[in-house]
Amino acid sequence: MGQTILETKDLHFRYDEEEGPTPVVLDGVDLRIEEGTFVAVLGHNGSGKSTLAKHMNAILLPTGGKVYVDGMDTADESKLLDIRRTVGMVFQNPDNQIVANVVEEDVAFAPENLGVPPEEIRRRVDDALKAVGMYEYREHAPHLLSGGQKQRVAIAGVIAMQPRCIVLDEPTAMLDPIGRAEVLKTIKGLNRTSGVTVVLITHHMDEAAQADRLVVMSKGKVIADGAPRDVFKQVEALKEVGLTVPETTELLWELQKAGVDVSLDALSDEECAQTLYQLLK
Amino acid sequence: MALKDITLGQYFPGKTIIHRLDPRTKLIGTVAYIVALFLAANVVTYAILLVLLAALIAISKVGVKSILRGMRPIFIIILITAILNLFFTPGKGEPLVSWWVFTIYVEGIRAAVFMILRIMMLITCTFLLTYTTSPIMLTDGLEKLLSPLKAIRVPIHELAMMMSIALRFIPTLIEETDKIMSAQKARGADFDTGNLIQKAKALVPLLVPLFISAFRRADELAVAMECRCYHGGSGRTRLRQLKMKGMDIVALLLSLAMCVGIGVLAHYGW
Repeated sequence: MGQTILETKDLHFRYDEEEGPTPVVLDGVDLRIEEGTFVAVLGHNGSGKSTLAKHMNAILLPTGGKVYVDGMDTADESKLLDIRRTVGMVFQNPDNQIVANVVEEDVAFAPENLGVPPEEIRRRVDDALKAVGMYEYREHAPHLLSGGQKQRVAIAGVIAMQPRCIVLDEPTAMLDPIGRAEVLKTIKGLNRTSGVTVVLITHHMDEAAQADRLVVMSKGKVIADGAPRDVFKQVEALKEVGLTVPETTELLWELQKAGVDVSLDALSDEECAQTLYQLLK
Repeated sequence: MALKDITLGQYFPGKTIIHRLDPRTKLIGTVAYIVALFLAANVVTYAILLVLLAALIAISKVGVKSILRGMRPIFIIILITAILNLFFTPGKGEPLVSWWVFTIYVEGIRAAVFMILRIMMLITCTFLLTYTTSPIMLTDGLEKLLSPLKAIRVPIHELAMMMSIALRFIPTLIEETDKIMSAQKARGADFDTGNLIQKAKALVPLLVPLFISAFRRADELAVAMECRCYHGGSGRTRLRQLKMKGMDIVALLLSLAMCVGIGVLAHYGW
């Protein structure tokens, strides 16, 4: 097992209580994320998953408990830049995170802020744009790109900072299916080839199924944590909190409920088909 | 309303000499041209400036069409200025036309033509600047040119940042306005008929959502910028370093020569 890059200890959070009591958004989250893994955080609207994401690079500070980024306490203001340089964040709306009018100048924004020398910025920008497959568009204006392309530029803008971990807060929520596929492929590629730790916040089952590890949240608590294959087996528990399971698991689960002897192991279409084939043989 | 036609602040990438000039050179050049434009007072000087501008447009390969399109929103202003100049310029000789309170002198026609030319050339030369200079280069240039003002605590970096973000979001907000307009039209809103007051009132359901969304965008952008380690101007480096080259010095000298030349010529000729 790798080194821990992100850690939350009994993390509690609620918004400002000036106007009366507010509901608890995070209610004791304990997570430990190892470097180099691809973790998906799945949950419904209001499950606290986005709030959790915002704790991972000190946009929000815990009202109870601690968050550590590579051993640094996020509440320590003197470490703020180091924390943000270690954990990059990509948001839902690509339009609202692109600062500059030209793609490459936007990607250069983070290294510029860090005071990286110009030649090094050039190299990082080119590498980042190649990593997300947007190098040919480096001189384009961002508003002329498609949603998926914009989101990939936003991801490049974070990679150029050379973070060890990238947290993506529902990066595909505003995209069409093609854009979603592009972005997801980019994210997986980053994790596989450059070993960047990826935390993907999502409410899409199929996206979550592609991760190494799946954390399910509901009402500010982690209710399931493990390999997607094992988590999706807990069909009843997921349904109870209003989440669906992938169609493959659903099918096998229905069969199991009807008294057929199948395991819920199959996750991909292929595996599911194979299981059914074995069953019918 | 054809909102997409507004090309203000748009940049057309290119590789011409004009594109490659240092933004500071272009800024100073534009200011020099505007000064020359206000010095110009006769046919010869206007002709020289017009030819110069045409040459610059040709070199920069910016389409005349896109310049004319950008001119459309201010057409009314040009028209009103021209009419005022046409009718209210007192002349010495016999009036050419005299009807009711309107009298037109030769001087009026001359003033109107010059005024139209002046406004159009003024706008064209600023278009030329923004069309050939990426907004970030432009703000970089401004930041550098104005950086001496930091000594008297003018927040130059912040102003430059604000400007570049404003430019970045113009197309986004225009797109958004179009969307909101369609949405409100689908709900029965009418933006096109009625008198001025009714039309202004009809804009309220357009502006309120637009403002709310702009504030939300601002909020999200600020967080995204912080996530990318933005912490003000101190210690920032740049992907592109501004560097004055030989051609910049030539261009600056030419600008200076233009100002002096026009200033001298404006005293002679007719």
